[in-house]
Formats: sequence, C-alpha cells, structure tokens
Amino acid sequence: MTEKTQFDTDAKPAHLSTEESSTLNRHILQYIQRASATGLYEIRGLGAKRVLPHFDDLVFLGASVSRYPLEGYREKCSTKTILGTRFAKKPIELEIPITVAGMSFGALSANVKEALGRAATEMGTSTTTGDGGMTQEERQSSKTLVYQCLPSRYGFNPDDLRKADAIEVVVGQGAKPGGGGMLLGQKVSQRVAKMRTLPAGVDQRSACRHPDWTGPDDLAIKIKELREITDWQKPIYVKVGATRTFHDVKLAVHAGADVVVVDGMQGGTAATQVAFIEHVGIPTLAAVRQAVDALEDMNMTGEVQLIVSGGIRTGADVAKALAMGATAVAIGQGILVSLGCNADTYVQKGEHLSALADYHKIGTAPGYCHHCQTGKCPVGVTTQDPILEQRLEPLVGAKRVRNYLKTLNMELTMIARACGKQDVHHLEREDLAALTIEAAAMAGIPLAGTSWIPGRHGL
Amino acid sequence: MVSAVKSGRVVFDLAKESLRDVNQFLHGDLSAVTAVAVENPDGANSIAVGLNAPVHVDINGHAGYYAAGMNQLATVVVHGNAGTGCAENMMSGRVEVTGFASAGAGASAHGGLLVIRGSAGLRCGISLKGGNIVVGGDVGSFSAFMAQAGNLVICGDAGDGLGDSLYEAVIYVRGQVRSLGADARIEPMTEADHATVDKLLAEAGISHSSKEFKRIASAKTLYHWNADANQTY
Repeated sequence: MTEKTQFDTDAKPAHLSTEESSTLNRHILQYIQRASATGLYEIRGLGAKRVLPHFDDLVFLGASVSRYPLEGYREKCSTKTILGTRFAKKPIELEIPITVAGMSFGALSANVKEALGRAATEMGTSTTTGDGGMTQEERQSSKTLVYQCLPSRYGFNPDDLRKADAIEVVVGQGAKPGGGGMLLGQKVSQRVAKMRTLPAGVDQRSACRHPDWTGPDDLAIKIKELREITDWQKPIYVKVGATRTFHDVKLAVHAGADVVVVDGMQGGTAATQVAFIEHVGIPTLAAVRQAVDALEDMNMTGEVQLIVSGGIRTGADVAKALAMGATAVAIGQGILVSLGCNADTYVQKGEHLSALADYHKIGTAPGYCHHCQTGKCPVGVTTQDPILEQRLEPLVGAKRVRNYLKTLNMELTMIARACGKQDVHHLEREDLAALTIEAAAMAGIPLAGTSWIPGRHGL
Repeated sequence: MVSAVKSGRVVFDLAKESLRDVNQFLHGDLSAVTAVAVENPDGANSIAVGLNAPVHVDINGHAGYYAAGMNQLATVVVHGNAGTGCAENMMSGRVEVTGFASAGAGASAHGGLLVIRGSAGLRCGISLKGGNIVVGGDVGSFSAFMAQAGNLVICGDAGDGLGDSLYEAVIYVRGQVRSLGADARIEPMTEADHATVDKLLAEAGISHSSKEFKRIASAKTLYHWNADANQTY
C-alpha cells in the first residue's frame, strides 16, 4: 500500500470547507458528543453563562440642571436597611443593603462559612445558611444570620431556628426554579453527611417540594407555624426562583411573608443540570420589575421588603436594583469570586501559590471554572476536601469579602449622591434609562433618550 | 390567660383564649407544670408547636395543621384527628393521635415517637430523618418518600409508591402494599428487625407480633449516578 487514498489524514483537500452551522455549532456538537458518551446530563456550578438582558443594560440619569447632586465625599448618604417590619417583633437592621446569599455548608467549606460571617459582621450585614443546616462556625461569626427552611429540611431543627435572626422559607432558586438541590458524593463528607442524615459519599438529590405543605394556602399556615414556634420574633422571608414572578410574589405576600427574595436565572448553584441553569427561569432584570409591580399592585411597597439576587456583581448593579424597587440585594457568586473563585492563586500564610495545576486536573482554567460540583475547588472555596479547604484561610477570605462589600457600598452611595439622594433607598425608577429595547421592555424603564417603554401603555 | 393552675395542671380553652397565649405559655418556664390540657381545639393549626420541655399536653379534640410541630421532649396527645404535618420535624419526645392523621404526618422527624392509632394520609413519614412512626391503621400513597433514617411501622396497608427513593430508613408493613416506589424493595426480617418492631409496638401500646411484618428498605441503586462515563470520542 504505497498509494495514498482519499482517507489519508495528511492528504490536503483541494478546498477546506469551514462553514459552521449555527444550529449545530461547536458548542452543540460537543454537547451531543458528551451526552452520547455519558448518558447523563451535564451538572455544573455557578449560574447562567449565556448573554442576557441585565443591569448593564441600564444607566443612571445623574443630576444636572434639572436635578441637584450631593457632594460625593462630604454629604451624608444613608445605607441603613430594615427588613421584616410587617409582622416580626424583631426586624433585621443592616448597615448596608447588600447581604450574603444562602449557600450551604457542603457546597462551601466551614472555613468559607466562617469567613463570610466575619466579613458580613464587620460590614453590618447578614449571612444566610443553606441546604445543609447551620454550622457553629457561621453562627458564631455572624452577627445577623438568616436560617433557611428548605424542601430537604437537612439539618433543620428548632434549636437552630431559635438561634437564627430571620427565617427564609426557600421555595426555589434562580438557577433551578422547580428543582431540588444536588450535592455529588465527593462533597458529602462525614461531617456533611451527619448534618444531613445521609450516608457519606452518596450523590444527594434534595427534594424539590416541601414535605409538609403543597400550595400557597398551606404556605400561609406553615409560615404561621414558624412564627408560633419563634413567638413572632423573627422576620420570615420567602425566596422564589424567578419565573411567574408577578404571581409568585403576590402569593408569597398573601401567605404572610415579611420579606420576599426573588432570585433571577443568573443566580448561582453549587451543582445543577446545565439544561436547568440555562433554560429555566427568567433574567433578574425582568423579575425585579415583576416583583415590584406585584408589591405595588397589592399596596405593599414599604410594608413587605424585596431582596433581589441573581447576578448582582457591582455597586452599580446594587444601585440599579434599589432604584427599580428592591430594598436590598443578596450576592452569592460575586462573594465566591471575591474569596478567590477563578483566581490564579490562593494565599497561604501571606504567600500567593499557583492553583493552575489543580485547575488543569479538573479540566479547566482560571476564568472558566464552574466545577463547584466536583468538590475539587483549586482555591479551597467550594470543597469539602480536607487539604483543599485549607487553601482558603478564613481571615484572608473575610478581608477580601469585607473589601468587596465595602467597594460595592461606596459605589452605591456615589451613584445615589450623583442622583441627588441622601439615602440609597431614595433611588427610583425615574433615575434610570435603558440602553436596549429588551432591557426597556423587561425592566419597564424608558429607552434612553425616549419615553418609550415597549409593551406599556399599549405601545 | 391561663384558666386554672392546680397541682401542676394547666387548662387552656381555645374557645376563649388565643392560640398565641397557649404556645407562649408552653415556651415559658414549665418547671412547675406537669400537664397542660387544651380544650375546644376545634381544628386550630399549630397547637403546641416548638415545645422544648418534658411536659404532657392533652389536646382534647381535633387539631389542624402542624400539631406538636418540631416537638422536643414533650408528650403531646391529640384526642381526636390531626391535620397535615402532625409532629413535623419532631426531634424527641412523643406525639400520639388517637384518631386519624392527615398528609405528611411525622414529615422530616429527626427523633421521638409518633403514634397514630387510626390511619394516616398521603406522605406519612416523608423525609423521615431518624424519628419512629407507628401507624395502627393504613398509610396513604408516597409514604416514607425519601426517608433518610428512622422507622415507619404500618400495622395496616400501604398505598402506592411506598418508600420511593429511600435512604437508610426502614419500613415495616403488616398488611398489603399497593406498590413500592423506585428503589424500595422487600427484604427478609432479621433478628434486629423483629426486636425493633416489637419494641416500637410495645412503646405504642399496640398488640401485634413482629412476625406479621415485612421489611422494606432501599436497594441503594439510586445512591450514585450510573453514568457510563468511560466512553469518549
């Protein structure tokens, strides 16, 4: 066989066709190949990666002749935030309207939970437990701790309920509205397993529905039970993943929530099916407006507070969420990035050490990593591995998160002052303009330079 | 407030007093109280929830949702029927329903003993986390769904999907099972199983023999994803 055939790999074709299909693009080809190889949907961490209308598509209309700004560095601009004024005897008082979203011990290490508590306490804000119960580390380090009541009820108990400062009944989350939690076996360590009453190492699939209530009328009774158990002291939040947000917020208010938490589809997860992350739920921008419309429709603005989460990253994002009508925001992924998620290095005793080799081991690189589900986080954030978890020193993490929150808060007040507000809660929709037609329609904010809001007023 | 306190006995009348007063009292210092009676419960929700003391509470009539929810240490007896989520998330102590219990009885209970003398509705013992439940009659469909630890003893029959996605909890059934849920299977009774069932029946005050029961537990095929991950392109 000396003669070359047309199948020889080194034979040069006369013309190389490189027309890529937009239907079967490289991403989809890889998806089909992966699906065919494994027979299982892909599971990953973090939130939606696709391009979505977001807060970046809004801008502020700073003060000028028609509005009067405040001095950026001198004049007072309050960030004090009160949550849970409707029924609770002891509402939550925060120094800043930026809270730490619910993330479980299990998804995160105990060191990380401690770091979050320390940072939040220094900044006068709250942290939140997750699907796995309350750790002593986070209770001790957090001045204000929100205790989640989830469908799985892992580790849920009356002692911790009484220790909590607020209770968050989680109906769903933005990354997977309608789905339950997931923690793959490699993260179900002995301690995690014990807290969740599971055998160590099982692939844990949490329930998607609460075990003891099934609809909005039941939820109202459930909330009353939690109030009775805690003697009506603690604010009760209801968290929903963003889908039919207008109706869900109304039902949550009807059920007696003090605070409604709306988590858009950019919200993160430690492990969820990609089809869920990218294809179920609506963008945060659209959800905020629906939630605010629901509160306004019920004449509940100010009585029931709204917390918005799902892709809040910057001080500008916070300011825009508040201007649209949120009382506070909750941040998850931004906090993880602050801790070191997707960074090249991790810090040990003051020295930066390269994590590149460990990113490569799990088939990724800094900037692209979404491998929280593996439990092999190269920077020690989303892991239960006894060696890897040491890579996040609580004090280093706490300092980073404190700085991050501080930066966001400074940006928030800077924008508020530029809009002439002495209180960040005075930011309003009128301060905003939209850059795209999509954002204008979803946020209900006029397209910049026009008074046009697509879909409103019959236009 | 409290209608009468005589030799450690306290009586509340829900026809005249508020549920809030009852629960607030039950969350207070009960060191001088041995027994509490709640008269005219009339199906009120959340009676005697969040107790954390070894007190005896009699609810003299039907209770609504979440009777004795999240109970610790206390003994609560519903002399009548109980609504949804009776003894939900119980940690310890004992809850007894002399009549029937509705859906989600003993949901997510971490400890303690729930005795239902009549039958229980759907999802009895759902997400059970270590508590024990003895049902004198039948249980509805999807009972012990995703139950993680503890025991559910059913003296009558069970509906569809019994023990779906079980973890380490064990179900004992004396009567017929309409259908088993995913990953649940019938297993032979061991000495330890007989001892467990006899002990729980004795504690519940129900006279059957463990020999009449069969054991249902997890086949554990859902513990790990069965991905055929070795193939590659």
